[in-house]
Amino acid sequence: MSKILWMLPVVALLAACGSNGPTEKQVGTAAITGAGSTFVYPVLSAWAADYAAQTGTKVNYQSIGSGGGVSQVKAGTVDFGATDQPLAPSELAQGKLAQFPVVIGGIVPVVNLSGVEPGKLRLTGPVLADIFAGRIRKWNDAAIVQANPGTALPDADITVVHRSDGSGTTYNFTHYLSQVSPAWKSGPGEGKTVAWPTGVGGKGNEGVAGYVRQIPNSIGYVEYAYALQGGMAYAALQNAAGSFVSPSSETFSNAAASADWANARDFDLVMTNAPGANAYPITATTFVLMPTSPSDKARSKAALDFFRFAFEHGQDQATKLDYVPLPPALVRQIETYIDQKIK
Amino acid sequence: MTISRVRQRKIADGIALVFAGASTLFGLVWLFWILWTTLQQGIGALSPTLFTQMTPPPGSQGGLLNAFYGSTVMILLAVAIGAPIGLAAGTYLAEHGRYTRLGTVVGFLNDVLLSAPSIVIGLFVYEMVVVSMGHFSGFAGALALAMILLPVIVRTSDEALRVVPDQMREAAFALGIPRWKVTLQILFKAALSAIVTGILLGIARIAGETAPLLFTALSNQFWTSSLNQPLANLPVVIFQYAMSPYDEWHALAWAGAFMLTLFVLGLNIAVRLIVRRRKRP
Amino acid sequence: MTAYVPIEMTRSRSAGADRAFSLFTTGAAWLVLLLLGATALSMAWGGRLAFQTFGLEFISSSEWDAVQGKFGALVPIYGTLVTSAIALLIAFPVSIGIALFLTEIAPRWSRGPIGIAVELLAAIPSIIYGMWGLFVFAPFMGANVEPWLTEHLGEWPILGPLFSGPPIGIGMLTAGIVLGIMIIPFIAAVARDVFAEVPAPLKEAAVALGSTRWEVLTKVTLPYTRSAIIGAIFLGLGRALGETMAVTFVLGNAHDLSLSLLMPSNSIAAAIANEFTEADSELYRSSLIALAFLLFVVTLIVLSFAKFLLLRLKRIHGRTL
Repeated sequence: MSKILWMLPVVALLAACGSNGPTEKQVGTAAITGAGSTFVYPVLSAWAADYAAQTGTKVNYQSIGSGGGVSQVKAGTVDFGATDQPLAPSELAQGKLAQFPVVIGGIVPVVNLSGVEPGKLRLTGPVLADIFAGRIRKWNDAAIVQANPGTALPDADITVVHRSDGSGTTYNFTHYLSQVSPAWKSGPGEGKTVAWPTGVGGKGNEGVAGYVRQIPNSIGYVEYAYALQGGMAYAALQNAAGSFVSPSSETFSNAAASADWANARDFDLVMTNAPGANAYPITATTFVLMPTSPSDKARSKAALDFFRFAFEHGQDQATKLDYVPLPPALVRQIETYIDQKIK
Repeated sequence: MTISRVRQRKIADGIALVFAGASTLFGLVWLFWILWTTLQQGIGALSPTLFTQMTPPPGSQGGLLNAFYGSTVMILLAVAIGAPIGLAAGTYLAEHGRYTRLGTVVGFLNDVLLSAPSIVIGLFVYEMVVVSMGHFSGFAGALALAMILLPVIVRTSDEALRVVPDQMREAAFALGIPRWKVTLQILFKAALSAIVTGILLGIARIAGETAPLLFTALSNQFWTSSLNQPLANLPVVIFQYAMSPYDEWHALAWAGAFMLTLFVLGLNIAVRLIVRRRKRP
Repeated sequence: MTAYVPIEMTRSRSAGADRAFSLFTTGAAWLVLLLLGATALSMAWGGRLAFQTFGLEFISSSEWDAVQGKFGALVPIYGTLVTSAIALLIAFPVSIGIALFLTEIAPRWSRGPIGIAVELLAAIPSIIYGMWGLFVFAPFMGANVEPWLTEHLGEWPILGPLFSGPPIGIGMLTAGIVLGIMIIPFIAAVARDVFAEVPAPLKEAAVALGSTRWEVLTKVTLPYTRSAIIGAIFLGLGRALGETMAVTFVLGNAHDLSLSLLMPSNSIAAAIANEFTEADSELYRSSLIALAFLLFVVTLIVLSFAKFLLLRLKRIHGRTL
C-alpha cells in the first residue's frame, strides 16, 4: 500500500511532463502569457475565453499588480504587461517597450450613511481631498453641507477607508486628488502607496468595500464594478466643468472622449479630471506594455491579434462587466501606433 | 495539614482537567466555525461541475479542475523533492551530526528560516529559476513549495528521531546491527508516527501558500498538463476570486477553500490509517 | 561449536554501507545549509540599498512614505512581535491542555477523531483564515468583544491603554487571536505525539507515588519532553512570525505605532505581501527585502535566547530528550 504512495509522485511527474493533448492549440511552445494590473483582470480573462473559443489560441493573463506587470515584461518572462500607471516615454525608450490603453473604468467614492442612496451625496474635489486628509472630520461639516442642501447629514465622525496594499486604483485616485487639491499634492501626494494621514486600510477593493459596508459613517474608494455589484452608495462628484456627475458607463465614455489622446506621446496620459461637460472625474485607463523588438515575433504577433480582437469584438463583454470600451478614434490611433512601433 | 495539602493537589488536578477539556473545546469551536463559514459561502458552487470544468471568466459558470490538478501536481512534486532531503538532513542532525558543529549550525539556521515569509522564498526561486528559464512554470512553483517544506521536515524529523530512547540504539548496536540499518529499519520505524506528522504538517502548510506561487507558477486560466508553463493552482485562484466583485467567483473561491481543506484532511486520515496498519503486527 | 565470525569480516561487510549512508545524510545537511544560507544572503543582498541609504535609522524610524522615499521598519517589527506574542500566549496553554486531554483524559475511542479534528485546524489554508477573519471574525470582534474590552478594561491603570480605541474589529488583538488559532495544531500535534512517547514506567512510577494527573504532567511528562515541546513552540512561532495571508486581512496594515491592541498595525510579512508587487522604485523594493532580513535577524535573536535557555536548563536539570 505504501508502495503505491511512493509511486504517486513519479506518476504525476511523468503525466505532467508529457506532451500536451490535442485540445490545446498554442503558438510556439506555450500559450501567450500576460501579467499586471488587477483592474483589468476580469475583462481580460473574459476576452481570453472568447478568443480561445474562436481561434484556439490561449492568452493567459494573471493579476500580480501593475508594478509586477512592468517588471515582468521588462524581464521578458511574460509576453505583455498591464499597468494602471503609464510609463513616461523616456522610460519606455529605455526599456524598449510600446504602450497603449486597452480598456477604461471608473473609480468611485462609496459611503455608508443611513438614508443616503447611490448618487445622492454630492462632493467636490477639494472636499473629497480634505476628507481623506483628515481636515474635514465630521459629516455635518460646513463644506459638505454646502454641497448637499437637501440632505440630512449626521453629526458623526467620518471613518476613512483606504487601501492597505499598493494599487493602481490608489494611484489614479490620489492623482485626481493631487489635481484638485494643492494641499493634497504637497502632502501625501500621488502614488500606488501613499502615507495616508488618517483612516483604516482594507486589502484590495474587496477589503475596502467590506469595511465601508460594515462601518457606519465611513467613506472609501473602489472600482466601479465593486460599488455596483455590492449595491453600495456611491457619491456624485463635481467635475472640471463644474457639474455634479454620477458614475456610469456614459459619464466614463464622456471622460474618455474628452481626454486629449491625440497629443499624448506613447499614450502617456492619466485621464482623471477630464474636461468634458458630462465627464466623470475619476476615470482611469489600463495600459498594455509590449516589447518593441520582441525576441519571439510569432508570440508578439499572436498577442497583438488578441488585442485587435478585443478592440473589435470585445465591446459587449466589457460593458457587461461594468467597464467602458475605448472610443473608436482612440482605437484607430492605437492601431496606427502598434503598426509603427512593434516590429 | 496533610489532608488539606492533598485536597489542594486534588483541586489543582481538577482544575487542570477542566482546563484540558475546555482547551479542546476551544480548539474545536474555531474549527467548526471556520468550516461552517466556508461551507455556507461555497455551497452555491459545490456541485460536480466543480471537478469537471475549468476556471471560468466572470459571468459564466465553471469549475476548478485546472486549479485542483495544478495544486496536486505541485504539492506532490514538492514533497518528492523536499521530503527525502529534509528527512536525510534531519537524520544527520539527530544521529551522525548530533554533536558536530555542522549539525548545530544547520539546525539553528533551519529554525531561523522556518519563520521566513514565504514570499521571500518565492522571490529567491524567481531569481534563480524563473529568470533563468525565461518564463513562469509549474516546475518553479514546485521548487518554491519544496523550499518552504524543507525546514519543516528537517525540524520535525530531527525531533522525531531524538525522542526515540537511546536504549533502543544501544540494544541494536549490542546486537551487532550496522549503523545504517539501525537508523533505517529501527529508528525510523519507532519514530514513524512523528515523522509522518511532520510531513503532513508540512503539506498542510504548503497547500495554502499563495504569495510564493504568484512569482513562480503564476497561474493559468486554461488547462495545461505541462510543468513548463504557468500552472493553475488553488490558493492563487481562491485569492483572486475572493477579492473580485463577482458573486459566482466568490462562491467558487469558498468552494475551493472547502475542497482544499477536505483534501488535506483526507490525506491526513489516509496516511494515518496506513501507519496504524503497519504498526499492528 | 562457537559461531566465530572474525571482527574484520563483520566490519567490512557493513562499513561501506555505513559510510555511504553517513555521506548521504551529511550531504543532505550541507545541501540544506547551502539553500538556507543562499536565501539568507539573498535577503541581505536585496536589502543593502535600504541599509546604505537609511543606516541604523531604518530600524528606529516609524515613517513609511513611498512617495517621498522614506522608509522605517519600526512599525512592522513592533506589529510582528506583538501579534506573535499574543498568538503564543493563547496557543501554548491551549495546546498543552489539548495534548493532556488527548493522552490522559479522553476515552480511548474518541482520541483518534478528536486528534484528527485538532489537526484539521492546520489543514485550513492560511488564506481561509484571512477571509474568514475579514468577513466573519473581525466584524464579530468589533461588534461584541472590543466594546466590552474598551468599557471594562480601558480604565485600568496599567493595562488600560492596551484596550482603547474605536471598535473597528481589525487590529493587533484580532490578528493575534487568529494567529494563535493557526498555530495551536502545530504545537498540540507534536505535544500529543511526544507525550505518548514518554516511557510508561516513568509515568507509572509517579502515579505509584501518589501523583495526580496534573503532577504527572508537570513533573514527569513536560520535563522529559521539554526539548521537543520547545521545538514545537518554535515551529509554531516560526509560523506566526512569517504568516502572511491571515495577518494581511485582519491586521489593518497601518503604518502608525500605537500602544492599544485594538488598533491596526503592520507586520513584516504583511507589509511585503501588500506592497512588493506594486513597489516601483529600487529603494522601495530594497526596503521591503530589508524588512525580511530584519525578520531573519529578529528570529535569530529570539532563537539564540531560546537555545541559551535550554542549555541552562540542561545544566541544571540534566540531560533530556
